[in-house]
Amino acid sequence: MSWIDIGHIEDIPLHGARVVKTPVGCVGLFRTGPAEVFAASDRCPHKGGPLSEGIVHGQSVTCPLHNWVFDLNTGEAQGADAGRIETYPLRVEAGRLLIDGAAVGKRSAA
Amino acid sequence: MTQKLVIIGAGMASGRVIEHLLDADPNAYDITLFNAEPRGNYNRIMLSPVLSGEKTYEDIVTHSDEWYAEHGITCRFGEHVVKIDPEMKVVEGENGHVPYDKLVIATGSAPFTIPVPGHDLPGVISYRDLDDTNAMITAAAKGGKAVVIGGGLLGLEAAAGLKERGMDVTVLHLMGHLMERQLDEAAGYLLRKDLEARGITVKTQASTKAILGEDRAQAVHLESGETLGADLVVMAVGIRPETRLATDAHLDVARGIEVNAQMQTSDPDIYAVGECVEFGGHLFGLVAPLYDQAKVLADSLLGQPNAFVVKELATKLKVTGCDLFSAGDFAEGEGREDIVFRDPSRGVYKRLVIEDDRLVGAVMYGDTADGSWFFGLIKDATDIEEMRETLIFGPAFQGGASADPLSAVAALPPEAEICGCNGVCKGQITSAIDGGATDLGAIRSETKASASCGTCTGLVEQLLQVTLGDDFQMPQAQPVCGCTDLSHEDVRRLIKSQELKSQAAVWQELGWTTPNGCHVCRPAVNYYLLADWPLEYCDDPQSRFVNERKHANIQKDGTFSVVPRMWGGITTPDELRAIADAADKYDVPTVKVTGGQRIDLLGVKGEDLPAMWADLNRAGLVSGHAYSKGLRTVKTCVGTDHCRFGTQDSTGLGIKLEKHLWGSWTPHKLKLAVSGCPRNCAEATCKDIGVVCVDSGYEIHVGGAAGMEIKGTEILCKVATEEDAIEVISAMTQIYRENAKYLDRIYKWLAKVGLDWVKAQIVEDIENRKALAARFELSQSVYRKDPWAEHAQDSTTRAQYAPLANLTLEAAE
Ligand SMILES: Cc1cc2nc3c(=O)[nH]c(=O)nc-3n(C[C@H](O)[C@H](O)[C@H](O)COP(=O)(O)OP(=O)(O)OC[C@H]3O[C@@H](n4cnc5c(N)ncnc54)[C@H](O)[C@@H]3O)c2cc1C
Ligand code: HEM
Ligand code: SF4
Ligand code: FES
Repeated sequence: MSWIDIGHIEDIPLHGARVVKTPVGCVGLFRTGPAEVFAASDRCPHKGGPLSEGIVHGQSVTCPLHNWVFDLNTGEAQGADAGRIETYPLRVEAGRLLIDGAAVGKRSAA
Repeated sequence: MTQKLVIIGAGMASGRVIEHLLDADPNAYDITLFNAEPRGNYNRIMLSPVLSGEKTYEDIVTHSDEWYAEHGITCRFGEHVVKIDPEMKVVEGENGHVPYDKLVIATGSAPFTIPVPGHDLPGVISYRDLDDTNAMITAAAKGGKAVVIGGGLLGLEAAAGLKERGMDVTVLHLMGHLMERQLDEAAGYLLRKDLEARGITVKTQASTKAILGEDRAQAVHLESGETLGADLVVMAVGIRPETRLATDAHLDVARGIEVNAQMQTSDPDIYAVGECVEFGGHLFGLVAPLYDQAKVLADSLLGQPNAFVVKELATKLKVTGCDLFSAGDFAEGEGREDIVFRDPSRGVYKRLVIEDDRLVGAVMYGDTADGSWFFGLIKDATDIEEMRETLIFGPAFQGGASADPLSAVAALPPEAEICGCNGVCKGQITSAIDGGATDLGAIRSETKASASCGTCTGLVEQLLQVTLGDDFQMPQAQPVCGCTDLSHEDVRRLIKSQELKSQAAVWQELGWTTPNGCHVCRPAVNYYLLADWPLEYCDDPQSRFVNERKHANIQKDGTFSVVPRMWGGITTPDELRAIADAADKYDVPTVKVTGGQRIDLLGVKGEDLPAMWADLNRAGLVSGHAYSKGLRTVKTCVGTDHCRFGTQDSTGLGIKLEKHLWGSWTPHKLKLAVSGCPRNCAEATCKDIGVVCVDSGYEIHVGGAAGMEIKGTEILCKVATEEDAIEVISAMTQIYRENAKYLDRIYKWLAKVGLDWVKAQIVEDIENRKALAARFELSQSVYRKDPWAEHAQDSTTRAQYAPLANLTLEAAE
């Protein structure tokens, strides 16, 4: 794995989200707790809603367009809706956010 | 031959190392022990009971001078080691050299100081050793005010101790809730409540800017501009490993002194142990892992194989009466699930985090009796699938009964007021029930209880059930969402009656079953709190739908639309030019005239929003809130200014109303219009609130709608002057804000409470009308402002509109 530093945890509001542009598309960073952040695709499989604009609750996010709810651990849509978003390895180390560059299509830059 | 062992630092970790060595082989080493403090090892973690006066220093000494003498240890206490020479294998103390065969660095850590101006004034103390503790005790003897910077474990123990010694204590904490590394919001809220109950003031999100004072600390100045008087300032904002000796000796040092699993540093004859080390990227701040390290190090020194592994940790706070427990890991991971238990009446909160049928984390507040049991399950990674259902009730659970939701109502005394609108108490209702009133309708006509605003309906129904038992069929009140069984009406009523002023308070006191709500309840609760506590509660953008968080309407392709406010539908050539310039500059594909008498710029990229707002602001344009559950527009016709039929200045009143009401949040959108005569060109009679001007004054209409449902308004009242019109409309808006269910338009809410009740409140009862208008004004003192300007000017908020990082670009350098 190649860990890339993409920012500080305090750049994301608690129960909020931010976006990182990557070669595999926009990735949402969802801050579910004071020291907990998940990385997952920003694109809702329903009609492409920007998930980082949704409401973050528990370890889930609700799409702002039609309220599909995704479990950020697995990426699976909850309840009656069927669909899945990609999730990506992310580490929080001393407040820094490190994403797995390989998983988001970034060749390591030496 | 006996080897020479030199140990730097007589602390909790090295104390254990020495004990293990002496137990295993008392003659293996000839030990020299340096300590910067002028004393041997004592139980550092018991300094807090010394501070609070529950213990004395003598109680917490672990190794006395006699003990060191008895075991032949050469003590060099009160002497700093200034240098290590790994080539010569010599340690240089202030009073001379000592050669070693093996060296142990156990220097612990140093308190971190925030380098604000004034941090070095006398009267600013950190909290690490006995001298600090004694300095605090001496300062507290003079009484006065103490400010503790840092709401973590150490800061709170210091605060509680100083309070115990009679000081007036304020805790400043940078984050949103106390002990954020160990506790979640709910537990942090309960802790804060307990500390406040004992008289400690807690300020969260408080950032220290400077410590003020002539020749000693006298006050603390905050970023917010507030200044707090202080006779004593305690800084407890964190620790950093004491690594200076190791760095100077060119050992490998990252954040701490790097060691392998045998506690050996990059020099094979030098070991390190305790808070000064870093192992596998981990630092250590609690004693449990240090004791494990001490055992491993003793074995390493004796040539026995052993390896240190990092284990789960549990935290407790040593403040009498604040019972909290936190263990394990809440961060990251696949497939996690929460189990939450709350008992609001006892102030108890428990949360378990489960992953793959194992318990991985636990936070508890108020009742921590089962803490060690849960900690055991975490450490042993016990399979909990079998007991999952009852796990949260702890080891003693014997299939007990669930709590009775009606017991609270049953316990109320007869004189407890149930219906606030009509002043009906419990006794009147129960006697009506005894007299044969067996349903809600009958109670309403007998006693008037719940016949007005309806927020007490739930209580009346519960009373019916308590009194009649199975004879009463409880109607299924619609709960807000899956997080609670309470209805919107219940939640609103309880927020007011229990004075709940934060979301964490609502979740805890009302027994939410999820850690922090969901997309359905969060916006509603956020609205209720800001409507009821405009000064105390701070709006939470993360509990709002995207449009209200970003102050623009999201479109189906993810772009936004921007609608600047045009007061009463009036604009100027300059404003139009600024709008045209913005449309050009930001490549706006569509410019549309809206139904609300203003201009919509559609298709703006999210990242451009703050810059575009700043441009529009410069021309005097502000947000039109075209996206909000709040005041949208006040449409007007031209009225007496230009129209030959006009009876009053409808445009002027519309502008005044819009300037009065803008920025306010309401349960649903709020649209107004003012027509200059009954021809009604501004279509005021299908608005939430409409004004139709007549020769003798102003007819005020309410409860219209023109959407999927079309509804004409009903007349609320007629007033003679503009001032009265504005006052009635303020009161109308406020009574709707205070009472309606989130997402009910005025017409829907009116169908529940009835126009007659509203008339009684704001037309007939002039006092009440004025009080409502005053409460509206109070709330507006906070919310009557332009969110665009705030977002465009605040660099942190502004940054939120852009991606955090862009990994599609090649590195610039
Ligand atoms: C008020 C307080 C409350 C705490 N409560 C808890 C608790 O409830 N639970 C818990 O698990 N932990 C608690 N801790 C943390 C715990 O005390 C530490 O983790 C532990 O003491 C660290 O042990 P150590 O041996 O690494 O360092 P220390 O115990 O700090 O010992 C290091 C010693 O080295 C000396 N030294 C440093 N540099 C030199 C030098 N150059 N020359 C000579 N000597 C030097 C220092 O003077 C010091 O005496 C608390 C700490 C404090 C301050
Ligand atoms: C997501 C859905 C919606 C969007 C994005 C939207 C957007 C808008 C916008 C931008 C305007 C211009 C208003 C202004 O100047 O502030 C408008 C006007 C209007 N909207 Fe909507 N709207 C939506 C849903 C609705 C619904 C559900 C209703 C009915 C209940 C409604 C009824 C109206 C009416 C009647 C007007 C004209 C207002 C007037 O003439 O005063 N809209 N809408
Ligand atoms: S409502 Fe009456 S005053 Fe206003 S423009 Fe129409 S006719 Fe003229
Ligand atoms: S696009 Fe996400 S729910 Fe429809």
